[in-house]
Amino acid sequence: MTTIAARATALTKVYGKGDAEVRALDGVSLEIGSGEFTAVMGPSGSGKSTLMHCLAALDTVSSGEIHIGDTNIAGLSDKKLTELRRDDIGFVFQSFNLVPTLSAQENILLPLSIAGRQPEAEWFDTVIEAVGLRDRLGHRPSEMSGGQQQRVACARALMSRPSIVFADEPTGNLDSTSGAEVLGFLQRSVRDFGQTIVMVTHDPVAASYTDRVVFLADGRLVDELHAPTADSVLERMSQIQLRHNRQGPVEFQDAALAGEPES
Amino acid sequence: MLKVTWRNLFARKIRLVLSGFAIVIGVAFVAGSLVFTDTMSKSFDDIIKGGTSDVTVRPAGQDNWSGDSALIDTRAIPARTLQSLESVPGAARVDGTVSSQSLFVIGTNGKVVGGTGAPTLSFNYNDAPSITGKPSVLISQGHAPHGAHQVALDPTTVDKAGYALGDTVQMISSGDRPHVTAKLVGIGQFGGGGLAGASLVLFDTHTAQQLFFGGRDVYSSVALTAQDGVSQQQLAHEASEKLPSGLEAVTGDVVAKETQDQIATVLNFLNIFLLVFAAIALVVGTFLIINTFSILVAQRSRELALLRALGAARRQVTRSVLLEALVVGFIGSTLGLLGGFGLAAALKAVFATFGLDLSATALVFSARTVVVSYLVGLLVTMFAAYLPARRAASIAPVAAMRDDIALPESSIRRRLVVAGVLGVIGIGLMAGGLAGSGGSGAALVGVGVFAILISVALMSPVLGRPVLRALGVVYRRAYGTVGSLATENSLRNPRRTAATASALMIGMALVTTMSVLGASVNKSIDVSVKKEFTADYLVSNAIGQPFSTKIAEQVRDTDGVAKVAQLQWLSAKVDGQSLNLTASDPGELRSIFDVPARSGTMDVRDGQIALSGDAAKKLHAGVGDTISMAFPTGTQKAQVVGVFTSSNVLGSSLVPFSTVERARLPRFDSSVAVNADSPADVAAVGNRLDALTQDVPTVTVQSQQEFSDAQRAGVDQLLYLIYALLGLAIIIAVLGIINTLALSVIERTREVGLLRAVGLSRRQLRRMVRLESIAIAVLGAVLGVVMGLVFGVVLQRAVADQGITELAVPGLQLVVFIVLAAVVGVLAAVLPARRAAKLNVLRAITTE
Repeated sequence: MTTIAARATALTKVYGKGDAEVRALDGVSLEIGSGEFTAVMGPSGSGKSTLMHCLAALDTVSSGEIHIGDTNIAGLSDKKLTELRRDDIGFVFQSFNLVPTLSAQENILLPLSIAGRQPEAEWFDTVIEAVGLRDRLGHRPSEMSGGQQQRVACARALMSRPSIVFADEPTGNLDSTSGAEVLGFLQRSVRDFGQTIVMVTHDPVAASYTDRVVFLADGRLVDELHAPTADSVLERMSQIQLRHNRQGPVEFQDAALAGEPES
Repeated sequence: MLKVTWRNLFARKIRLVLSGFAIVIGVAFVAGSLVFTDTMSKSFDDIIKGGTSDVTVRPAGQDNWSGDSALIDTRAIPARTLQSLESVPGAARVDGTVSSQSLFVIGTNGKVVGGTGAPTLSFNYNDAPSITGKPSVLISQGHAPHGAHQVALDPTTVDKAGYALGDTVQMISSGDRPHVTAKLVGIGQFGGGGLAGASLVLFDTHTAQQLFFGGRDVYSSVALTAQDGVSQQQLAHEASEKLPSGLEAVTGDVVAKETQDQIATVLNFLNIFLLVFAAIALVVGTFLIINTFSILVAQRSRELALLRALGAARRQVTRSVLLEALVVGFIGSTLGLLGGFGLAAALKAVFATFGLDLSATALVFSARTVVVSYLVGLLVTMFAAYLPARRAASIAPVAAMRDDIALPESSIRRRLVVAGVLGVIGIGLMAGGLAGSGGSGAALVGVGVFAILISVALMSPVLGRPVLRALGVVYRRAYGTVGSLATENSLRNPRRTAATASALMIGMALVTTMSVLGASVNKSIDVSVKKEFTADYLVSNAIGQPFSTKIAEQVRDTDGVAKVAQLQWLSAKVDGQSLNLTASDPGELRSIFDVPARSGTMDVRDGQIALSGDAAKKLHAGVGDTISMAFPTGTQKAQVVGVFTSSNVLGSSLVPFSTVERARLPRFDSSVAVNADSPADVAAVGNRLDALTQDVPTVTVQSQQEFSDAQRAGVDQLLYLIYALLGLAIIIAVLGIINTLALSVIERTREVGLLRAVGLSRRQLRRMVRLESIAIAVLGAVLGVVMGLVFGVVLQRAVADQGITELAVPGLQLVVFIVLAAVVGVLAAVLPARRAAKLNVLRAITTE
């Protein structure tokens, strides 16, 4: 039984006008199944970050529809959008993920306390156990390593039991060991808790932790891969790269290898 | 490097405008004070020069006494002296002047025109020229007054009183027959321009002699005009040859100088008063600028590090920051100068409503004003920017490569040591100033207060912590997470928060000090009035002018009046020091007031005096000593027979009425104390006294409560004026809070984006910024109120022996101050909060 956690229908996102017009998204339709770990990949400028920002209600689309669960987010007021982000969506960003003045525990509970809700003690314990941060709860971000900070951010994203978590290059700023810890946790939260996660990444290794990879190029969905491995992802990326090299210069490979973070 | 500086200035124009505004206000105050006092002194110069003749012949000894309204010099120059002066070689013309300041014009509404403040000058009209060559008085409409029933007035008085040419003007004098009426036949003005709010009343010579000298053919002074080619000195020398003893001939330049000097003392006082507020504004502004530049440097630290990495020397970095400050200071000073011009115009308008009308003189914009304004503006800005600039230069080049850069900060311990030393110096200065006396003592106290305030400002990052923590508890209770986020934000950069709060602290401390002192003064007045004002009613002159003893006679004849004591105030010089005398009948006085002698007796007889404890100490005189009192009319000796505790009724001394007669000064009353027959009669007597004085609008009847209220009203008025001026310092402090919050919001853009992304609503975000703002404002207010309380109590204790015997702490008012500070915090947060709430979540979170 796969219900749909998020659905995008014929999304377009256009920046600029006339000659300067850029179609960041060009008719993207996508369904994210509930309890599924999805990776969004693509070369620089392919629109993967834009897609995620639109899905997460951080950005508006030029046309098309987005549903989070049963909610159509088009036309929601800022207040409703804020509530949606607070209650139904979790975020993990590439960097600067935590409020520096709050301790790890306070950061984790932030969305709940903003909403004025009490955390469920059992769920809190479960999540803390899963991220392995029990002895770090009283520390401030400046007293933790990058990997620990990112795990705090992951715990925070899960605390409110959102229907979907968006992760934007969560391992982009981490070394491979810390990155593996974060990815392992994300993967476990999908398997053990049935969490839905959408992750934007350019790293084939990171993508290999997911259930499904969708590939974007020039604002269009160009390919999809289930049960990916690092090798199969790399192979698909090369193919897309080749296809695009015939049409125009798309520096997919370079970007992936250089590990250049996207903004 | 120059290019970098310019780019930075433009990139941060809003922030710089905000900090520049502090300079604008400070400089505007300096420039405004200077322009205004220059204008006033020009105005008075014009009036004085336009009204002074080449040589003035007057009774000797007047130069020390002019302007003392308690004394009415009745010495006069007989007509024959005037005639003999006409033969003085070199004199083109000789004019006798009959003048008085004891006549007042009553308006059509029955009220006295003018009165307080500028005087009403009455004299005989003539067309004698002044040292400027123009006539002293010009009749611009109608004609000069002739005969007993004609008068000419100045146009402003005519306007205020509501008369027109041909109307009958009501006037009142201090003479036995106080009411004077005459037909308004002319409108005239000083040849020198305006009147600075004074009223001008012109009669012909004979009428003036009737009014002021009881009809004797005598003159107050004689004006001599020199022939062409004859100098003032020559003419004065020639004139003095012909003068009997007791008269002197003085050149116009000397007379003008004497008058200018008297006015200069008043103007200086005003100037210092205004400049003190300018200094306060500048000190507060300095805090704001230091803070702004510190934050700007902190936010640019990566860029500055990059410049260093690219090979810029430390000095170049410092210089580039200082250059920015120079530009800000220059623009701020220029705007401040313009603002000062506006402020001076506003002051002119305000003073006009108080009766000091300077409209005849255009604002004086001297080169000194420009130089001083730029100097002050630039120096303050450069000084304020120097510390952050130095810190900017100490950023290591390698910091450019790091992710998060912390600016090197001087150790908090060193800061506390500096603060401690400064605090001790401040306390020392204050103690020294309080022990001393006069202007230098007050200046020492002022400098001491500032040193202590700055010491506390330096310590405020430490002192503020408990206050912010306590506030944090309240916030968390009331607003949950948003509250604790706001608290943490205010604690995140304690120095920044503290510096911002300190600016408000200074204003609040001074306001609190003034309100404690004001309340203490008022309470002291109440207490002493209750204790000493044992009369049922006090008849006195609303404008401090003495009045005819006829009034006391009428009061004695009034039904229900049991006891009456007449008092006349005058002053004498003893050993060169001025001594205020109260002349009265000791028996009558004691029947109403309880003023016991501390030693000797209060029963002063002819040739005797009783001194207050203070006066006795000042004059080094005790019971049995003889002192010599100098009056303009001569000197007389008096034996000290008693010493009494200082009293508001008697002032410094008590003499019998015979002292007045011997000094050949006229008998007038300054106040008359009245007791009713029985308590039941008090109200009825009051009504009768009111009816009695009804047609003499210059004389008022006050009960104990009314007297007390009138005294308090004066204190309150001064207090409100000071509050208004200190309000400027608080406005600057509010700008500082806005600036700090705006910069903090910019600095935390990504964090704001993150909070919004995880579900913080716009409302909650605005509230977070608002709460931080309130925390800063309340911190400043609490520190300020505590400091102000300390200063207020210490100052009250210090002046307790000068009559401010009671300490009053206006608790409710202080609470209101803190609440107002919180409101100020809410207002200061409006723009930064709106800005934060408007941030696009996505752009904020992806910002560099």
